[in-house]
Amino acid sequence: MDWKIWSLKKSPWVFHVNTGACNNCDIEVVDCLTPKFDIERFGMKLVGSPRHADALLVTGGVTAQAVHRLREVYRQTPKPCVVFAIGACACDKGIFTTGYHMVGPVDKIIKEIDPDAIIAYVPGCPPKPEAMISGIVKALSAL
Amino acid sequence: MSEVLRNLFWILIFPGFLFTVVCGFAASWIVRKVSALVQHRIGPPLLQPLYDVIKLLGKETLIPEAAQKATFMASPLIGFSAVLLLATMLWRISFVPQELFVGDIIVAIYLMVIPSLALILGSSASASPQASVGTAREMKLVTSYELPLVLAFIVVIIKTAALVGPKQQLNLAAIAQHAPVLSISGFLAFLSALLCVQAKLGFVPFDIPEAETELASGVLIEYSGALLAIWKLMQAVMLVALPLFLVVAFLGGFGGGVGGILAGVGKYVLVLVLIILIKNTNPRVRIDQAMKFFWFWCGTAMVVAVALAIIGSVFNIGWL
Repeated sequence: MDWKIWSLKKSPWVFHVNTGACNNCDIEVVDCLTPKFDIERFGMKLVGSPRHADALLVTGGVTAQAVHRLREVYRQTPKPCVVFAIGACACDKGIFTTGYHMVGPVDKIIKEIDPDAIIAYVPGCPPKPEAMISGIVKALSAL
Repeated sequence: MSEVLRNLFWILIFPGFLFTVVCGFAASWIVRKVSALVQHRIGPPLLQPLYDVIKLLGKETLIPEAAQKATFMASPLIGFSAVLLLATMLWRISFVPQELFVGDIIVAIYLMVIPSLALILGSSASASPQASVGTAREMKLVTSYELPLVLAFIVVIIKTAALVGPKQQLNLAAIAQHAPVLSISGFLAFLSALLCVQAKLGFVPFDIPEAETELASGVLIEYSGALLAIWKLMQAVMLVALPLFLVVAFLGGFGGGVGGILAGVGKYVLVLVLIILIKNTNPRVRIDQAMKFFWFWCGTAMVVAVALAIIGSVFNIGWL
């Protein structure tokens, strides 16, 4: 196996991007850091800058205001990186499908600027922390 | 020729680069593991700091378009090499105290400032507004903690000068043979220097320049890939060098033989655990609170400690 991919699996640092989520998924993302789940066991860490990140946890269905920010954050993340669409809205706009302000879903926006982007989907409203951890494990083993 | 080879061995393998970096990885693992245990978590595996650095070396290194490129790329190297030199010096004093050079106390004080200066250089070269806020905070923090740190070291020098013989040179190895912490002024100086080291390491409550939740990593915000890996290495080596400096200056350093080395390692771990506990039981302070704390409280305490130490050395009272 390539050493770059091997070490990426050992320490994926995540950056949390909210693109208009209702805050429910965000609370569940933060749950992953609590003593019950403790994702630091697997070397995962929540970082403050997209420059340090290996994975973007995107929540929310991408509103018209957030779309430029999402593109910019993805462009600023050093590659290789993985994008996680967390929650029903990020995966497929959820209950906001017909909303006038929705530009998403996440995969469409990311694919517009990088057709080869690696995107993983964790559906749910909100997804459980177990589901997120399982999604991250599956996405990393697919690298 | 053999002299050159021996010096290269000192610098590159033991106790320089390789040994110090391995110790630094172990120390940063201890920091993360003990923090996790304090919060009732399990924490990362033993090799996690190594994985992090290998991963960062394999990632893309982005340089901002508006950045001053040469400074941006050179400053992590400047900071890393300075702190590595400091660690090598302190290890040599601990293991071979007879081989010395004149003026090592001043060199050690200088080398301890360079990582912060490199951080200021690198972040101000990165052309990011958040980094510039971080830079301003780092500058204020440096100016605030340098005063009590140097005063604390002056206490150590006064205490040791009273104890060394008239012909003996006053240097770090002579300082390492005495433990000023066992006197009132030395204890005050140790407490204040411990808090200064906390600020130098950029740990809570003095992680104001990095402030992940408000400045998004502040001074390091624009660094990625290999350059960030060098910063992480620098922080790991600082975690070896600065507590080791406290051990050498205040706690009596490493003694001779196996027992002395074990005692020295014990003192080092004690200082490290103190730092971790302070880190985990305090909230982040604002920059003005930090400056007030260092200048007013630590500064006053250090002036009192210097006065006590002078009185102690004039009237020959050891415990003062």
